Amino acid sequence: MDFMTPPTWADALAIRAERPDAVPIAGGTDVMVELNFDRRRPGVLLDLTRIGDLTTWAMDGELLRVGAGVSYTRIIEELGDRLPGLAMAARTVGSPQIRNRGTLGGNLGSASPAGDGHPPLLASGAQVELASVRGTRLVPVAEFFTGPKRSVLAPDELIAAVWVRPADGPEQFSKIGTRNAMVIAVSSFSLALHPGRREVGTGIGSAAPTPRRATEAELFAAGQLPWDTLAALEPGVARRFGELVAAAASPIDDVRGTAAYRRHALAVLAQRTLTWAWRDLCG
Amino acid sequence: MTTTVHVGLAATVTGGVGASPLRPDGRLKVTGEFAFSSDLWADDMLWGATLRSPHPRARITGLDLGPALRIPGVYAVLTHEDVPGRRLYGLEHVDQPVLAADEVRYQGEPIVVVAADHPETARRAVQAIGITYEVLDPVTDPEAALDDAGAPRVHADRPNLLRHVPIRRGDPHATAAVVVTGEYEVGMQDQAFLGPESGLAVPAEDGGVDLYIATQWLHVDQQQVAACLGLPADKVRLTLAGVGGAFGAREDLSMQVHACLLALHTGRPVKMVYGREESFFGHVHRHPARLRYEHGADADGRLVYVKARILLDGGAYASSSGAVVANAATLGIGPYDVPNVVMDAYGLYTNNPPCGAMRGFGAVQACFAYESQMDKLAAALGLDPVEVRVRNALHTGDRMPTGQLVEGPAPVAELLRLVQAKPPAGQADFPPGGTANTTRGEGVVRGVGYGIGIKNVCFSEGFDDYATARVRLELIAGRPAVLVHTAAAEVGQGLVTVQAQIVRTELGVDQVTIAPADTAVGSAGSSSASRQTYMTGGAVRAACQAIRDRLLTRLEGRAPSHRHTYRKGTLPSSEGGRAGETALRLADGQVFGEDGTVVADIAELLADGAIEETVQWRHRPTFPLDPETGQGDAHVQYAFAAHRATVDVDTELGLVKVVEIVTAQDVGKAVNPAAVTGQIQGGTAQGLGLALMEEIQVVDGKVRNPSFTDYLLPTIMDMPPMTVDVLELADPHSPYGLRGVGEPPTISSTPAVVAAIRAATGAALTRVPVRPEHIVGV
Ligand SMILES: Cc1cc2nc3c(=O)[nH]c(=O)nc-3n(C[C@H](O)[C@H](O)[C@H](O)COP(=O)(O)OP(=O)(O)OC[C@H]3O[C@@H](n4cnc5c(N)ncnc54)[C@H](O)[C@@H]3O)c2cc1C
Repeated sequence: MDFMTPPTWADALAIRAERPDAVPIAGGTDVMVELNFDRRRPGVLLDLTRIGDLTTWAMDGELLRVGAGVSYTRIIEELGDRLPGLAMAARTVGSPQIRNRGTLGGNLGSASPAGDGHPPLLASGAQVELASVRGTRLVPVAEFFTGPKRSVLAPDELIAAVWVRPADGPEQFSKIGTRNAMVIAVSSFSLALHPGRREVGTGIGSAAPTPRRATEAELFAAGQLPWDTLAALEPGVARRFGELVAAAASPIDDVRGTAAYRRHALAVLAQRTLTWAWRDLCG
Repeated sequence: MTTTVHVGLAATVTGGVGASPLRPDGRLKVTGEFAFSSDLWADDMLWGATLRSPHPRARITGLDLGPALRIPGVYAVLTHEDVPGRRLYGLEHVDQPVLAADEVRYQGEPIVVVAADHPETARRAVQAIGITYEVLDPVTDPEAALDDAGAPRVHADRPNLLRHVPIRRGDPHATAAVVVTGEYEVGMQDQAFLGPESGLAVPAEDGGVDLYIATQWLHVDQQQVAACLGLPADKVRLTLAGVGGAFGAREDLSMQVHACLLALHTGRPVKMVYGREESFFGHVHRHPARLRYEHGADADGRLVYVKARILLDGGAYASSSGAVVANAATLGIGPYDVPNVVMDAYGLYTNNPPCGAMRGFGAVQACFAYESQMDKLAAALGLDPVEVRVRNALHTGDRMPTGQLVEGPAPVAELLRLVQAKPPAGQADFPPGGTANTTRGEGVVRGVGYGIGIKNVCFSEGFDDYATARVRLELIAGRPAVLVHTAAAEVGQGLVTVQAQIVRTELGVDQVTIAPADTAVGSAGSSSASRQTYMTGGAVRAACQAIRDRLLTRLEGRAPSHRHTYRKGTLPSSEGGRAGETALRLADGQVFGEDGTVVADIAELLADGAIEETVQWRHRPTFPLDPETGQGDAHVQYAFAAHRATVDVDTELGLVKVVEIVTAQDVGKAVNPAAVTGQIQGGTAQGLGLALMEEIQVVDGKVRNPSFTDYLLPTIMDMPPMTVDVLELADPHSPYGLRGVGEPPTISSTPAVVAAIRAATGAALTRVPVRPEHIVGV
């Protein structure tokens, strides 16, 4: 197995184009597990950690561009105010060691239905910047995932960054696990309120073949929330929102939980997070 | 964390019995410098790897080793035909193939072993082996397996019933005013030690082999390895390598014979290290159990009878299932005085993963059921759960269902009262769900639950249980020093520290070296059954006392003024001193007279030469159980612990945060209070794990979660602060009055946590681990 450490993004893209057997490695918290379990035997490990650009973030117009190599720890410490939902999700990832090494780009690269970075990106309508020697394209996160651990990422592409509008309203992220830390989500839910646009964003994790939005629930809440009066949330609205979120999921039974429980938990999480977010909005 | 230790015997020697000197491996382990068995290295060594069955039950129809042998760097590819000696091994029954011959009986059963010059090459060679199977329907339901006419046999030559232990006490037809019944289930827990199975076998010039190995009992490994290799025991020498946890999972052989076979075959040292996933297939687990109980009590809550049926799934091979069944049966009604008992415990062969020893050893499964029953009884009577337990508590002088008299302290009621009297738990640091932001208090309800358990210490049922210690007192650079040599396995429990403490107390010599444990000295027995401080501690103490006797005899040849009549006393007295003997005392490298004056320097007495003693030490004998009635004095010592658990439960999501655990345990004598507390905390955590998350999920004989991604162990966010109360009520029969410590905390923490969740939710919760969906009922 070769280990290549391109110093620049262009070099990385070139190698990626030339070596179809290259596996990119950022934090390695997924890749190394796969190697250890002998699930993968790449011809080349393409180390992206030397590429400075990948680990920066900056505002570009109204949008925030977060490099694929930014770690969870940095998301929590540096972007907690602008991307509170993503930071909340980052806090639930693994342990301090994993948060120090693991990256958002790696989370997308693995495209696990349980990836905790995905629901908040869905809820805030983020886009993924994919690059290759052929050029660059932007893909809405909702279109990025195509199946369990599958995405639109082409064999010669790398994930460059995530583009996302900083929060313009309250955001929430909640995750169910069968222990109190270091656990893969049994199911998770992310919510973003966009009071300016009177829209509601959602993201469901670990309860369908891919992370997905609960579109009907979004529309329902956007229509029912008393944006003008900022009156207290009707319990019936929160409950119905929960039901619609649960209905949007298509969970399975597996070692981590049952489909019925996942649906039930999603309904509870959606109801609770909407209640909290609305309360936060109303001050 | 607060720790209260009631010290019964003042520590007289620095670093002696009752003190908590730092353990020598502690710092190394924390800094990552400790050499575990997986770190072993020899320059010209080869790496072993194992081909395992993917099927729980199948006939091997074809085997083609050629593709593996042709890979460059592969030195050996061995099958059952290459086993020169006995082709089977086993702790109680010799029923497990070293390498499967024509049939595989569980998923993960070893079939072929390979040695290559690189671990990766070895793994590739394993994958290159051509093998075909005729897949058979596995026997996976223990209840069905019990029916010899209906179910296929796992082993053609014997019924699936591995052992049945009945216990009959009093009137089997007794009736009672209040009756509660329940059916319970315990999932398959794993010992989940962090240091996977590993060792290094080095071929020796005499045709034998030296094996460096992480194990719990060097001599029982030696016996089995030698038999399988067809070598005399003295040609198979074992040395303990750094053990990364054991908890019962290292009682059976794993790669021992395989590595030796490969080493003898290739003439090169062979190292084998299981990966994490392989480790889940490389050792036995805790028996999953189904338990049916009926408790009958009078209107005051006094138990009239208990009827119980316990089914333990032993999996494909016997391992120590027989003894586990006996434990479940004999300890199966708990630390209660019950006049009428009908108990039947069964162990079965199935095609599930083999099960054997794990901390608590049969007592764990039963305790979950009988303690759940005690809560049910309390509810039926409208009594406080502690009160109903106290009313039935076992006392000194009572009899167990086996008829065995409970001698020595049995502070069951006292332990319960101790944990009950502690102030209620305060606020939790964080809500159920941890940092995952699942509740701001919605749905959160608090609950408190209790549990108490009983465990036998040392080996039972007439087993000839002994430990050997060789102790040498000599001058090194003019100063007295002691070398202790035993084969006792330090598995992380702190035994090496304890051995040195005993020497300091007995011989008054500060400088103590513990030689590496190996088979050059006699057997120490297993580091299991909470027995090693009792047994090897007892042996070291006896050896020290023999040395002391000889040392003091040397006094007699000295100046007449220093002549003392020295009577050899019989041991032991719980207080450490020996009544009726000379008041001569060894301390600080000197011999002190009755009046506290120095009589001699130990160094001076050693001028005539070193003194060495090897002692084989036994606890008092036990006896077999009557096969029909289960009557008999089967156990050496009983140990008790009680727990009170306080939980916050998110009743809508089914998530649990254990807020606090209070425990009280009688340890007879805390030989090393810090180590005792460590055992109690660790054992409690393991019991909490069984209550809430730890389960090997097996479906149709296949393990679905062989990784730490999905076999969840409690983290520091799951383990609450603990209040630990240690009682020291001396047992007159044991060294220093001590009582085995390691297992009791694992036993009663599980039911206490579950009782607390029931108290918070009202859910029935008849199965552990409790899952969120059980709590919310979806
Ligand atoms: C103990 C432990 C706990 C964990 N807990 C969690 C958790 O709670 N929640 C969670 O979501 N995840 C968890 N994970 C998984 C993992 O940490 C995350 O998925 C993390 O985001 C992966 O990032 P990484 O930088 O380490 O990725 P890597 O392992 O380096 O890569 C992951 C995948 O992405 C690809 N990749 C990486 N960067 C790029 C890029 N720029 N372009 C294209 N492809 C790329 C790689 O080829 C690989 O396929 C855990 C892992 C471990 C070991």
